[in-house]
Amino acid sequence: MRISNIWRLGIKELRSLARNPALLTLIVFAFSLLIYVAATATPITLNTAPISIVDEDLSPLSARLATAFYPPYFDRPQTISLSEMNRRMDAGIDTFALVIPANFQRDVLAGTAPALQLNVDATRMTQAFTGAGYVQAIVSDEITEFIQRYRAEERPAVDLVLRARFNPELDPGWFGAMMEVISNVSLLSVILAGAALIREREHGTIEHLLVMPVTPAEIMLGKIWPTALVVFAAAMFAITIVVKTWLAIPVAGSLALLMFAMALQLFATTSLGIFLATVAGSMPQFGLLLMLVLFPLQVLAGGLTPVESMPDGLRLLMNAAPNTHFVALSQAILFRGAGIEAVWTELASLAAIGCAFFLFSLWRFRKSLR
Amino acid sequence: MTADDGRRHPAGETLAARLQSVSHVFGKTRALDDVTLDFPAGAMLGLIGPDGVGKSTLLSLIAGARKVQQGRVEALGADMTDSRQRARVGPRIAYMPQGLGKNLYPTLSVAENIAFFGRLFGLGREERDRRMRDLLDATGLAPFPDRPAGKLSGGMKQKLGLCCALIHDPDLLILDEPTTGVDPLARRQFWDLIGQIREKRSEMGVIVATAYMEEAAAFDWLVAMDAGRVLATGSPEALREQTGTASLDEAFIALMPEEKRRHHHKVEIPPRPNNGGREAAIEAEGLTIRFGDFTAVENVSFRIPRGEIFGFLGSNGCGKTTTMKMLTGLLPADEGTASLFGQTVDPHDIDTRRRVGYMSQSFSLYSELTVRQNLDLHARLFHLPAEKIPARIDEMAARFHLKDVLDALPDALPLGVTQRLSLAVAMIHSPEILILDEPTSGVDPIARDALWQSFADLSRKDGVTIFISTHFMNEAERCDRISLMHAGKVLVSDTPAAIVEKRGAADLEEAFVGYLEEAMGGPDDGKAAEPQAAGLASAIAEGGHGTAADGFLNLRRILSYARRETLELRRDPIRAAFAFIGSIVLMFVLGFGISMDVKDLPYAVLDHDQTSLSRGYTLDIAGSTFFTERPPIRDRADMDRRLRDGELSLAIEIPPGFARDVARGNGVSIGAWIDGSMPSRAETARGYVEGLHAHWLAERARETLGDRAPSGLFQLETRFRYNPNVESLVAMVPAVIGLVLMFIPTMLATLSIVREKDLGSIVNLYVTPVSRLEFLLGKQLPYVALAMVNFVTLTVFATTVQGVPFTGSLFAFAVGGVLYAVAATGLGLFISSFMNSQIAAIFLTTIVSMLLAVQYSGMIDPVASMEGAAAVIGAVNPATHFITISRGTFSKALGFGDLRSSFLPLLAAGPVLIGLSVLFLKKQAR
Repeated sequence: MRISNIWRLGIKELRSLARNPALLTLIVFAFSLLIYVAATATPITLNTAPISIVDEDLSPLSARLATAFYPPYFDRPQTISLSEMNRRMDAGIDTFALVIPANFQRDVLAGTAPALQLNVDATRMTQAFTGAGYVQAIVSDEITEFIQRYRAEERPAVDLVLRARFNPELDPGWFGAMMEVISNVSLLSVILAGAALIREREHGTIEHLLVMPVTPAEIMLGKIWPTALVVFAAAMFAITIVVKTWLAIPVAGSLALLMFAMALQLFATTSLGIFLATVAGSMPQFGLLLMLVLFPLQVLAGGLTPVESMPDGLRLLMNAAPNTHFVALSQAILFRGAGIEAVWTELASLAAIGCAFFLFSLWRFRKSLR
Repeated sequence: MTADDGRRHPAGETLAARLQSVSHVFGKTRALDDVTLDFPAGAMLGLIGPDGVGKSTLLSLIAGARKVQQGRVEALGADMTDSRQRARVGPRIAYMPQGLGKNLYPTLSVAENIAFFGRLFGLGREERDRRMRDLLDATGLAPFPDRPAGKLSGGMKQKLGLCCALIHDPDLLILDEPTTGVDPLARRQFWDLIGQIREKRSEMGVIVATAYMEEAAAFDWLVAMDAGRVLATGSPEALREQTGTASLDEAFIALMPEEKRRHHHKVEIPPRPNNGGREAAIEAEGLTIRFGDFTAVENVSFRIPRGEIFGFLGSNGCGKTTTMKMLTGLLPADEGTASLFGQTVDPHDIDTRRRVGYMSQSFSLYSELTVRQNLDLHARLFHLPAEKIPARIDEMAARFHLKDVLDALPDALPLGVTQRLSLAVAMIHSPEILILDEPTSGVDPIARDALWQSFADLSRKDGVTIFISTHFMNEAERCDRISLMHAGKVLVSDTPAAIVEKRGAADLEEAFVGYLEEAMGGPDDGKAAEPQAAGLASAIAEGGHGTAADGFLNLRRILSYARRETLELRRDPIRAAFAFIGSIVLMFVLGFGISMDVKDLPYAVLDHDQTSLSRGYTLDIAGSTFFTERPPIRDRADMDRRLRDGELSLAIEIPPGFARDVARGNGVSIGAWIDGSMPSRAETARGYVEGLHAHWLAERARETLGDRAPSGLFQLETRFRYNPNVESLVAMVPAVIGLVLMFIPTMLATLSIVREKDLGSIVNLYVTPVSRLEFLLGKQLPYVALAMVNFVTLTVFATTVQGVPFTGSLFAFAVGGVLYAVAATGLGLFISSFMNSQIAAIFLTTIVSMLLAVQYSGMIDPVASMEGAAAVIGAVNPATHFITISRGTFSKALGFGDLRSSFLPLLAAGPVLIGLSVLFLKKQAR
């Protein structure tokens, strides 16, 4: 293996990329604007959740409850009739509908603990649980305050003080922005490496390389390093300029450690891209394979939904995916400020997966050239 | 007006084409420079000239495939700058672009290709079938109606291209180098065919660009071009007279400007020094290779001594290229051995590769690197000393006349120049053996002679062994020895003179054709069937063009594209299988995998109190399915570390004296730390902890106060509607259907068009009567159908295997599915309308699908809660509305009326996207 060949072949890839303005524009777009949009998409988990109130009591207390819901957590509630409620929830206009029964205030004051009914659209998983909890807390506070004007109520003796570590406001923007960067890193590296190989095959240039004194390993490495370099540079730009400066999101941990982890991840994903290209015969097949492989990788890596909540078998399987480890690593480093002593096992797994992917792809690549 | 001697100017009332002050530039290159020219009607017209002088540009302008930049172009009396006139005259013109079968579809069979064009030109089934039969008979393709176009030999491809061009009976036939790379026999048959057609229909005009002077000599009227300008026009005889030369080849050279002619001189190859005992540079012994049950090369042997120029001749597809690939080690031989320099060819032997230069038949250099960068890359890969590279590049550029184009991109260069570049690359490292596969195809006579002079020098002065294949007889005559190949076997191998003598033929071409015809037996053998002019007569006599510009949308043309697309999809079982099985796999994995349920959160307790009360508090948490207990926390530092490592998602701290303070009724606080790095999980965890805490408080109160415990101020009854158990599967599966339908059909639709742009068949959109809308709809239809098949499969899978109950209106859901499929594929069309590179198109489609289907569709976070750009994307996103419909009909028992507000935007999305695609898609090349 000759380093100079790998270097030359890589330079050639960079030159080809430079001649594809559409692709360059897309890369810039993916690592700047898309990150920004993702970061600002949902400022808080429960953001302006649509709620309406069916007020059959029409008492000062029910009026007080209606004013207790306001942004950012809830939208200003609409007061609707009971008959409207079903239609609105069916149409997905409201996620929550609170029904205040007639004589509610009277019964509260009488101490008979009347029932409020909260309807939740449970197909909106993210808001359903959290929102129900918030509604409970808000209603409880309001009623307690209201009642204290009539009779003294003892405070609970034991208080629960809840604090969120690493992201005190639980601002999903932090999370969204970083996950967007991470997801674009895998996406771009797999596509660039794989498509570059298919392109060489479709244009017959790979054959030309094979009559020259270069080995398959050199050709493959000559695709891996420029792809990794481009994606790496784009991601660093996104993290330092877009995330840290523009969006002013604090990055807790060591950037150097993250860079190291990203290099390992890129080694694995570019190898994966080459592997997919050896399986696919043409660009359309490659496009489909990407959808099949990349989306599950992206969606199930823990970036969108927690890994713990996946079925066991799937979780085990996802442990073999580089993305799972990379997402875990970046969450640890970026949010929790974890150092190498905390994440070395994940790093080792990622490196091992990268090597396995590389060797397997190289074997496939050699075979596909026969 | 250009000089026109008009001696054999055919009588005609109209002109076939007329150009007035036409100029055309590509970047900095001026392809046509103020050309004014009248093409007489009803004649065989030839365009001759060196490579890259604007012949192809001129033809594509007349055909309407390229947008006129400057000047006026008329074809058959219609102004080609006017789109309406162009549409009217289009059906009367047929255009065959440069390159073997460039506008054909390789996976479609011969008959399917012809039928496709027939439908585009509006021919009814009966007429189409009859004409196709006649054309196939006439071209000798009748025995192979079912063979895929991609598997045809070069000559057969060109004949098929001609069939496709003639199916609608054009008045003007435009052929751009139709016989480049075609073997002599096939070439002869090709021109015979054109001649027969013209006999029957003398009014049909034919305009041909060609590099073969012997072909041009038979034309009625010629235009000689150079550097974007017309040098001379007239009949071949007139041109010869004008220049005082004996042959058209010489006339052509004489017409060239002085500076180009200066370098030219007759190729002189000194005889080889006679020392027969020298070792063999290339040796093949019984080489055989089979592809499946097809024997491509059978028992081929030869021995080429060092320094010899060895010619390889044969019909298209006879195994020449395959043999060459075995010599280079690109293909392993099934039987026999090939050796270079006395050593058996070993694909892993890097050192031998350094001594061999190979040039493949199709251009296989990097089109995104400039000429100089290509040369430089190859020089470096062959490890030429860095300091010698610039000099070597200059030397090669001078030898192959590439100096002016060193910084140009190969794509912008004509075929002849890129061939020279390929040769320069093959020779950059001064190899001892050159293996050249048709290096002079498409190269003009002057440049060809120059190349041959360098071959001669290399062979005689430097002792380089040259193994070359060619279709030019005058080149074959220059070889020291030649082999004639047919159907994988070597027919004869000797010096050219000896072969002519052995055969008793007048010249090499006659000997060659004689050998081939002898070798070909029955009609099964390739191109045996003598063209049957009789059939053609009837085909042509019927006359009458297909109906063309009829109305806004023509269903037949739409269906023609739809059928073509479907056929291609069917021929690619892998793609179809990916699309089908893939969607189920995605559905399965994502349906089960995307889960918002938070459970088994790891937690641990830092208990400073260690009393039964404190343990009771934590026992409550341990009993919950939401949490899994980990070993207790030792101290604050331990807690910090474990939270940081991600080992814990929740830490509970119970203060010292907790039990005592509770007993005394002093205020006491329990601390809870949640890992906030994943906000949605943290929020849910917070809800759980607060719930457990409230529960504990209530229990405590009941224990201590008994019945006197206050029952609370109110009760909140929470009803989780539509999904009473709050299962992720129920919420997610209907959404995942939308996600899968956005992934696969969109990607396929995008690539179906970008691919045509990449591979060249997009030219059919430019020159046939199909409109942009028809083209797009035809492309879209099969993918909508595919999406609907997926839709049905996914729905069945969701309700049966995944067990998600379907409660609403199935009809409404299905209508939503159709509208969504139209929108999703429409999105693909839209992306493809402005994207030209397949890589960029894949990337963009992936990002957009991910964005629309996963992030801003309300699948996970409701669109109502989004802000900024995300809120806008979410609102116009077809996936948002489909997911609302899907969840509504699946879980909420809804129908049309309830989901009105989602159907309307979805209904609009498809047409809007298709409209935008029509707007962005170009109907002509630049």
